[in-house]
Amino acid sequence: MKRAVSLTLTFIAGFLMMADFFVPHASFRGVVAEVRQWGLIVVAFTYVLGVANVAQVHGRRISRRESDWFNSIVLVGSMAGMAGLGIFHSHDSPDSPFIWLFNHVYDPLSSTMFALLAFFITSAAYRAFRARSVEAALLLGAAILVMLGQVPVGAAIWGGEDAFLGGFPGIKDWIMSVPNMAAKRAILMGAALGAISTGIRVILGIERAHLGGGG
Amino acid sequence: MPGALLRKLEFVDRRWLFLMMACAIVIPLIFPVPLPIAVTDMVQDLYDSIEDLPEGSVVLVSVDYDPTGKPELEPFHVALFHQIARKKLRMVIVSLWSPAPPLTEQVIAEVGLETTYGMERGVDFVHLGFKEGRQIVMESMGRSLRQTFPVDRDRTPVSEIPLMQEVDKYDDFAMLINISAGSPGVKEYVQVVQSQYGIKMTGACTAVSGPDYVPYYDSGQMLGLAAGMKGAAEYEVLVGLPGSATAGMVAQSTTHLLLVAFIVFGNVMFFLARKRRS
Repeated sequence: MKRAVSLTLTFIAGFLMMADFFVPHASFRGVVAEVRQWGLIVVAFTYVLGVANVAQVHGRRISRRESDWFNSIVLVGSMAGMAGLGIFHSHDSPDSPFIWLFNHVYDPLSSTMFALLAFFITSAAYRAFRARSVEAALLLGAAILVMLGQVPVGAAIWGGEDAFLGGFPGIKDWIMSVPNMAAKRAILMGAALGAISTGIRVILGIERAHLGGGG
Repeated sequence: MPGALLRKLEFVDRRWLFLMMACAIVIPLIFPVPLPIAVTDMVQDLYDSIEDLPEGSVVLVSVDYDPTGKPELEPFHVALFHQIARKKLRMVIVSLWSPAPPLTEQVIAEVGLETTYGMERGVDFVHLGFKEGRQIVMESMGRSLRQTFPVDRDRTPVSEIPLMQEVDKYDDFAMLINISAGSPGVKEYVQVVQSQYGIKMTGACTAVSGPDYVPYYDSGQMLGLAAGMKGAAEYEVLVGLPGSATAGMVAQSTTHLLLVAFIVFGNVMFFLARKRRS
C-alpha cells in the first residue's frame, strides 16, 4: 500500500511538471504553482530529517563511546549551537553572534580545508602524474600546456600576437575550444538523454530505487 | 646517477614539496610582481553585456557560493557590484546556497553600495536571501518571485519593498547574473531558466567548472563567462579596479610553474628509475 501511494504521488507530481511545459491555461498553471509550493515545503522538512539523522547517528556513537566519539560531541554541539543562535538571535546585524561565528570560524575553516587541495595536488604532481602510456602522456602534455596558457606568466614566456600558434595562450584556447568542447558537448548530451530516460522511468514507476527497493 | 640518489629523488619526502608550494604561494603575495593580464573574449563579452544595459535596468543576481569558493569568486562579486553601481543599475539578489547571504552582505559593505554609491536598500537593490529547493526555486521564481520569496533577508514583506513592486517574473529582469561554485548554479540556471524563459544570462564560476560551461557561451545561451581567479582578474582589469584576483594571478603563475616542474621532474625520475631497474 505504502509503495502504491508513493508511486502514485510520484506519477502525479512528475506528470504535472511535464504537462506544465505544454499546457498554458491559467487554471492548470495555478495547480502546478501550488504543487511547486508544496515541493518547497517538503524540501524544507528535509532539513529537519537531516538534523534528526545526524543527531541519531552521532548520539549513538557518543553513547556507545565508539571510535572518534569526541569528534561527534564537537559536531553535535556545533550544530546545536549554530542552530540555536540562528533561531533565537537575530542574524541581520554583522555584530550578531551567528554572523560573528560565520565570519570568524566557519568562513576561515572552510577556506582552509579547500586550500589544502593545493598540497594534495603538489604531492600528486610529483608522484602520481606519470606518462605510463601514450594516452597518459597526451593527457599530461595537454595539462601542462593548459596550465601554462592559463596564467599570465605563460604568455610572458611564450605568447603575443606574433608567436607561432599564439604561444601558450593560443594553444590553450585551441585545446579548450576544440577537443575539450567536443568532449563536454558529448557528455552534456549523453547526461541529458540519461536524465530524460531516468525521469520517465521514475514517473512510470519502472525505476523504484528511490523508494528503497531494487531498481 | 647513483641508485641511492635516484631512489631518494623519486621518493622525496613530501614535506619538502609542501614547503616549496607554500613558498610559491606566499612569497608572490608578499612581494607582488605586476604581470600583464590579457582579457579573453568570454570576459570582455560579459563586461560589455552588462555595460550595454540601459541605466535603471533591474538585474537578478543569484549568488551561489560558499567560503570555499571565496578566493575565486569573491573578487568577481566585488567587481560586479562596482560595475552595477557605476552603471546605476538596480538589482535583486537571491541565493540558492545557504552560506551565501552573509558573504553577500560582506561584499555589499566592502563595495559600499549604501555608503559610497548611495544606493538605497529596497529601492535600488534588494537582498532576498536564501531559499532551499534548488531547481524548484528556479522554476518557482519564473512563476512569481514575490510568492517564492515573501520576505527579504531582513524579514521585510516584499509587499512593502518598492523595487519588488516592479519585478515578479524573469521577464521583468534585463539580465540574470549567476555567481556559481557548483550545483545548483550555472548549469541548472541554463537548463531550467535560460532555455525556458529566454532571459539574457551571464555569470562567473570556479576554474574547475569553466570547461563544463564554455559550451553554453559558445551556443549563445550565456553572453559571457568569467571562470576562476583568472576570469575574475580579467574582469577586474575591465572594471578598472585591480583587486585580490589580480594580485592572486602572480601566486597562481608561480604555483603553475612549480607544478609543471614537479610533473616533469617526477616523470624524469620515474623513467630513470625504471630504466635502471630493467
